[in-house]
Amino acid sequence: MASIDLQNITKIFRDAKRKRDLLAIDNVSLSVEKNEFLCLLGSSGCGKSTLLNMIAGFEKPTEGTVTVGGKPVDGPGADRGMVFQQANLMPWLPVWENVAFHLRLKGWRKADRRDAAQEYIDMVGLRGFENHFPAELSGGMSQRVGIARALLLNPQVILMDEPFAALDAQTKMDMQEELVAIWQKQRCTVVFVTHSVDEALVLGTRVAVMTSRPGRIRELIALDLPRPRDTTGPRFNDHKRHILNLIREEGMQQRQAAVA
Amino acid sequence: MTALSKSWERAVVPLFILAAWEVFSRSGFLPAALLPAPSVVLHTWGDWIFGFDETSQGNTGRWFADALSSATRVAAGYGIAVVSGVLLGIAIGWWRWVERTVEPTIQMLRPVPPVSWIPLAIIWFGIANKPAIFLVFLGAFFPILMNTIHGVKTADRNLIRAASMMGATEQQLLRHVVFPAALPSIFAGLRIGIGAAWMLTVTAEMVAVKSGLGYVLWDSYYFLRYDLVLAAMASIGLLGYATDALIKVLMSAALHWQHGSTLQSREG
Ligand SMILES: Nc1ncnc2c1ncn2[C@@H]1O[C@H](COP(=O)(O)OP(=O)(O)OP(=O)(O)O)[C@@H](O)[C@H]1O
Ligand SMILES: [Mg+2]
Repeated sequence: MASIDLQNITKIFRDAKRKRDLLAIDNVSLSVEKNEFLCLLGSSGCGKSTLLNMIAGFEKPTEGTVTVGGKPVDGPGADRGMVFQQANLMPWLPVWENVAFHLRLKGWRKADRRDAAQEYIDMVGLRGFENHFPAELSGGMSQRVGIARALLLNPQVILMDEPFAALDAQTKMDMQEELVAIWQKQRCTVVFVTHSVDEALVLGTRVAVMTSRPGRIRELIALDLPRPRDTTGPRFNDHKRHILNLIREEGMQQRQAAVA
Repeated sequence: MTALSKSWERAVVPLFILAAWEVFSRSGFLPAALLPAPSVVLHTWGDWIFGFDETSQGNTGRWFADALSSATRVAAGYGIAVVSGVLLGIAIGWWRWVERTVEPTIQMLRPVPPVSWIPLAIIWFGIANKPAIFLVFLGAFFPILMNTIHGVKTADRNLIRAASMMGATEQQLLRHVVFPAALPSIFAGLRIGIGAAWMLTVTAEMVAVKSGLGYVLWDSYYFLRYDLVLAAMASIGLLGYATDALIKVLMSAALHWQHGSTLQSREG
């Protein structure tokens, strides 16, 4: 049974102010198997976040159905951990309270929450910043708090919206490795949105390349490369060339459409 | 700059005004009773507080009792206003149906100046504490309510999404996200509200109650004791300042997380 199933999803944003509707997602069907690591690749504004928001339950599709673990999605829930494009931390809570927010909702005692948070804080390399407030963190540090917070849910499905975009190259590589290790250990399903072809090829078991707006799935590419991935190997680069070509074609069609 | 020279800076203007006033009063330009010199006011005020030579006549040594009755009224009316204003404000800001049903009535009542309720308050509650508490409540309620609604409505939707992603129920969202997110705005309302509360206690005491600082102020006016009038004014100002300072302390304790992220936090 597929872990995430999107059936003929269409999303139209009604724009009452400008009297113009925007077709963001156009008839997308996609199945993500359990324990898969799917990377969603597409240009800015093509509807990646929108798709993720519908799986998370923040947005309802205009048409079509989303099911997760066999059950139709009708709202957000802790079975799907989300790492947002902006970190979205509670500014009034210190780092460790943000990481352990879920446990606060479950009514855990403070000392227990503190202990549970520490493991994840260490995992994202923020030891020593437990008592800092979000206003005192850099963009990349906030993003890592958001990642720790989602991992602590220990969810069946992790949805990540360009989580590493704000990180430097070294931290990004460390975090990518860490994420793959967590995914292998916890046997969860990951949907990972990114702009970067390299990142998609380093992380994913499959890559879904999306078209420009309105978003459709242009092509699904299965990656059977051994891990850790060799970013200089010939098969890696074959895939990369192929995907870059798709993106280039997509861009050309987009420009022609604009001229016509 | 050292702390000492900074506090000096603040004291220069008030000291100059006091000195000029003292000189002017003693110069005999006006009859001394009409504009008592600061030293005279201070003397009367001292007797009102400590009761050493009965310059304040019947009021001698009764300041603490007077201040306490005013402060009690403020505390009661303000307390009711804080609890009801914050709860109702959260409900109006969060649930559309509450907003639709309650908000129009509130918007109609809000422009009516609280003091214009005095006649009705006296008829309903008689001459005692109750009309004063009612007026204080009216004065503090609306600013607290409006600021709470504003705070709830401007709460970041993404934080609510993040919390519901972590499994928050609606009640938990209100308690753990919406309320703290609205807190800076609620505190702005609390500070406007406390000013209104003192203003209305004094007004009520001048017409509808027979005790408290406002009553002493109005009574002394009838007896041409302008030194007592000035002492009462100063007492009210001082207490108002002290309660506002208290709220400021509570505010900076509750909003310490804003440290470093707002303009105001630049000054320690
Ligand atoms: N709440 C909304 N209301 C109206 N339009 C929206 C809304 N959210 C997204 N859109 C529109 O839908 C389209 C897709 O947006 P989306 O955020 O999904 O893009 P994205 O692929 O995540 O882009 P990026 O890579 O820049 O984050 C955009 O054209 C955007 O303007
Ligand atoms: Mg996006």
